Amino acid sequence: MSNAAKTRPQTRIVGAPVPRKEGIDKLVGRAQYVDDLTREGMWYGATVRSTIPRGNIRSITFDPHIDWNEFTVVTAKDIPGKNHIELIVADQPCLADGRVNHCEEPILLLAHPDRHKLLEAVAAIKVDYDPLPAVFSIEESEAQKEIILGEDNLIKSFTLEKGDVDSVWATAAHIVEGEYRTGPQEHLYIENNGMIAEWSAGDGITVWGSLQCPFYVHKALRAVFDLPDEKVRVIQTETGGAFGGKEDYPSILASHAGLLAMKSGRTVKMVYDRMEDLAATTKRHPSRVRHRTALDKDGKLLAMEIDLATDGGAYSTLSATVLSRATLHACGPYVCPNVRVRSRAWATNHVPYGAFRGFGAPQAIFAMERHMDEIAAALHLEPVELRRRNFLHQGNRNATDQLMREPVMLDKLLDRALAESDYPAKRARFARENQTNPLKRGLGIAAFYHGSGFTGSGELYLNSLAGIDVTADDKVRVLVSNTEFGQGTNTILTQIAAEALNLDFSDVTMAPADTAHIPNSGPTVASRTSMVVGRIIERASLQLLALLRERAGLGEQYPREEFFAACNRYRAAHGKVESLCRYEAPPGIQWDDATYHGEAYGAYAWAVYVAQVAVDTVTYSAEVEDFWAVQEVGRVLHPVLAMGQIEGGVAQGIGFALYEKVVLENGRMANNQMTNYIMPTAEDVPPIHVVFEEIPFCYGGYGAKGIGELPHDGPAPAILNAIRDATGVPFNAIPLLPEDLFAALAAREPIAEPAAL
Amino acid sequence: MSSRWASIRFTVNGQSRTVHAPPMKRLLDVLREDLHLTGAKEGCGEGECGSCSVRMNGELVNSCLIPVLQAEGAQIQTVEGLAPAIDSGGALHSLQEAFLQCGGAQCGICTPGMLMAAAQLLERNPHPSREEIREGLGGNLCRCTGFARIFASVLAASTHAGSEKKPDAR
Amino acid sequence: MRGNPEAHELIAPGSLAAVLHLLASEPGAWTPIAGGTELMVAHAAGRLTARKLVSLWNIPDLRFIRVEANSIAVGAGATFIDLRRNAAVAAELPLLAQAAGWIGSIANQSRATLGGNLVNGSPAADSSPALLAYDARIELVSIRGSRTVPYDKFHTGYKRNLLAPDELLFAVHLPRRFARHRGYLRKVGTRRAMAIAKVALAATALIENETVAEIRLGAASLAPFPTRLYRTEESILGNAITEETICAARTAVLAEAAPIDDIRSAAEFRRRVAANLVEEFLRELMKPEPRP
Repeated sequence: MSNAAKTRPQTRIVGAPVPRKEGIDKLVGRAQYVDDLTREGMWYGATVRSTIPRGNIRSITFDPHIDWNEFTVVTAKDIPGKNHIELIVADQPCLADGRVNHCEEPILLLAHPDRHKLLEAVAAIKVDYDPLPAVFSIEESEAQKEIILGEDNLIKSFTLEKGDVDSVWATAAHIVEGEYRTGPQEHLYIENNGMIAEWSAGDGITVWGSLQCPFYVHKALRAVFDLPDEKVRVIQTETGGAFGGKEDYPSILASHAGLLAMKSGRTVKMVYDRMEDLAATTKRHPSRVRHRTALDKDGKLLAMEIDLATDGGAYSTLSATVLSRATLHACGPYVCPNVRVRSRAWATNHVPYGAFRGFGAPQAIFAMERHMDEIAAALHLEPVELRRRNFLHQGNRNATDQLMREPVMLDKLLDRALAESDYPAKRARFARENQTNPLKRGLGIAAFYHGSGFTGSGELYLNSLAGIDVTADDKVRVLVSNTEFGQGTNTILTQIAAEALNLDFSDVTMAPADTAHIPNSGPTVASRTSMVVGRIIERASLQLLALLRERAGLGEQYPREEFFAACNRYRAAHGKVESLCRYEAPPGIQWDDATYHGEAYGAYAWAVYVAQVAVDTVTYSAEVEDFWAVQEVGRVLHPVLAMGQIEGGVAQGIGFALYEKVVLENGRMANNQMTNYIMPTAEDVPPIHVVFEEIPFCYGGYGAKGIGELPHDGPAPAILNAIRDATGVPFNAIPLLPEDLFAALAAREPIAEPAAL
Repeated sequence: MSSRWASIRFTVNGQSRTVHAPPMKRLLDVLREDLHLTGAKEGCGEGECGSCSVRMNGELVNSCLIPVLQAEGAQIQTVEGLAPAIDSGGALHSLQEAFLQCGGAQCGICTPGMLMAAAQLLERNPHPSREEIREGLGGNLCRCTGFARIFASVLAASTHAGSEKKPDAR
Repeated sequence: MRGNPEAHELIAPGSLAAVLHLLASEPGAWTPIAGGTELMVAHAAGRLTARKLVSLWNIPDLRFIRVEANSIAVGAGATFIDLRRNAAVAAELPLLAQAAGWIGSIANQSRATLGGNLVNGSPAADSSPALLAYDARIELVSIRGSRTVPYDKFHTGYKRNLLAPDELLFAVHLPRRFARHRGYLRKVGTRRAMAIAKVALAATALIENETVAEIRLGAASLAPFPTRLYRTEESILGNAITEETICAARTAVLAEAAPIDDIRSAAEFRRRVAANLVEEFLRELMKPEPRP
């Protein structure tokens, strides 16, 4: 799997395929997800939502046939603190107060002990509106005919500039332009959003739920309930998938469940069903990216001008930071002396779009990598050759002028991907066979990088605190706010601590993700857990050893019993055994938020993906037949989990490219059922060949860089490039469904004529 | 309300159980609410995702689509019945062991249903091909794994018997 | 779960006779429910309007597959798993055996019944094209007796059929005379598993003296209910398979198919793919018959 194994530092647990920490609980049905929990006397909550995309609420009528005294009803007026969800900009109400700005916007909350009666009651509440004109596309929003947010509908804009783009066009040998679009994508975690809340005057608010970022929820609840830190407690339950979809939305749901709990005096559970979750919660931002690229006669990039726009939905939420990551990934892993990226997130009357694995990068990389194939076609170059001539290498600077200090092995990744996929021989064979076969096969590649951790100075602002403690029953506990939702946080962080402390894997556990007992080590997002938090845990572990050696007589070499004996001596003297560390930035990090220049990310993961696709000219369907994912993600901390991350991300990327379409009608998701929102099944996902090259990153936990988001970046452009290879038709928008292939392929032939067999 | 509650008797994981419930109550809700067997999950409520899969009379079924009255007299197996002695130190089922070794579970929400589908497959076809595994698991959606580790797990479990070879992580 | 279980009554009389008496005693009041793969979905979505339901699940009188002298009789209560496991169906009705594997997933096939699939009457019903291609007849039963009608007369409109309020679909009879026919089956769905057909075609044809002596084209999702493509069949019948025949057949399909635009696909796409499928079948017929 790895050819860097020889140079790897010797480790016992890091790098070994230890069993997933919470694996057995999940396999025997013992793991407790939020909907598995009940409380004595618990009530259920439900939400009355907007049925129109924009308008003023004229009246709310309660059907007199229902005894409303049985119910707890919460409106915006019941909110003790601020009626907004704290995130970046405070513009999203917790409950609509007189005005709605998107379909499914929460207006009113109900609680009742019988969940079936609750749904009848929701249906018995009638909201009348004075509708206002609504905006449903980037184009309508930028036209500014209707202003729906601020003064200009603009949520955020960035400009990234390097060199002098305008000086190049007149003399360039080639100029290639293109426009590329991506649609909304639903996370489709199999566990819907859910939350349980309790309130008491003495203790304040406590919530248990399915979530990624306990301290995001904590911050939101503090504002909505106007409570001090210590009266807000957030506990993560086992979380059945998230992918970014449980980064910001749980703040809303926790606020709602909490308000109902406060007013009813009961424990209240709110668990969305699939239809509500699909219609009301966030999706990946749709995008439109326009490229204009200048090249010299040898196919070297001279200038890139990129106009990147996203649909942010009705409120700001995370659109600014998603746009930032899209901006920083827009130019791909290439050397280009002159760059201008102008990016804007526009408001529309859609449900606010949110975080989703990759966080803007998959949209930007789709455009860049599709565009590279169009450039190659225009210049009569092989797509592989064009990329090779422009790859970043160690010592080069990227679009933000960041110096590539670490080794970059893109050439090697490309060679490996071509060899593994048998690319040259297969392309020749397909070109031959396609002349007579109704199944047209093609190969496509995508080369890309993904920045690990928060952007620029983001990690410094976060100032994460994390560490370990040792309990009286001889367990080391990892203290972090980083959560497990399938990706392997529990396993990776306990591996790191066990390795550093020279203990067994079974000696280390995770402290429960409960804000009352854990430090804030930042959100579980941005491929930061292994690299950033893992490094803090490694340091905190070494710090504890130093402490025990200095103050509790721990020897240089020790059996595990001696370690715990030293801990007990230290505890007897000092009360507790705990070691916390704060984030420390790698040296030399310079970032300027104003000009978007400098070290955008502490490290990058690099990859080259190859897709083999067959397009059936009888049914106009495109199927991925085979897939190769070659990447360098620093040290691989756990080979099985790492492969699982890549394969899962590739499968989601295949869905993004070929299957998953959110059908929006009047601003509302019309296909909000699993039967109509089509994700790939076990029968649709091809074999995925995963190859890791390893270059340990010395500022990441045991050499790790980020891995989680990377695999979502490459599949879509690789697949559409393969379809171009197979059919000769450039498709520039995803999802690309058979109906879209039909529209382009069938248009070439008269309808009654035999299909080209 | 027109429903008369019914007493319905069936066997769950080898134990005879009687529940008193509206006959149109879903088997899934009876298992989770009345019998506190929360292994089976609701992912979609419409038979699309398979996370509520259990085995009934030797067949794989979506428990969200079964009115409990139709389970009268049935033999039902849930994920909790795969390794019944686990809480008293007993072993995992060979499929569970393979999922643990091969990374077949990530977030775990589809896992109980996936295990039941895999158990059904292996019982009828102890040595399935990759295509047969794909079909056998086609009704169980997993959003984390891309299915590859799950296929590896099922293959490992299918070759487990009589083999010294450890399940291959790839 | 948006439905309220307490708002619905469900009884399980346990025998066909008892169910028929119940239906006769209050015609139209009781809605039969077999494997529940359709009605329970509506129930969960809060869309189940039927208040009184009678269970047909596992009634032995309805769950059978019998090989008779001239036909194979499949009880309405036979599940798609039953069909897939039946040796006679596999040998003599391969298109039906294969179509049974199209239904949802294994967990759906173990509950969904042939009768339920037909009575539900979705235009996209997976089993219908094969039944049309095999010239199936269906037997309806009530306390008044039974009657048998050609399957292609069963559907009378979108989700409407010939059943009287006191009648049940009892069995599907498939004639055993397709051994010499060439067959074709293809579903174009949203994905490989758990898919609803955007278009599906099942076809049988008998070639004698290099001309088409018999042809049946059963299609899903091209009309408000599953239907034979009679005019297309006419354009082919009696002809040798030539490029002209193929062109004429394509023209006939495009004229005859009346699909709709919906959330899953587009009418133009469906028409064109239907023409492509018919063409694909005809081109297979041009090749020599594969020997087993």
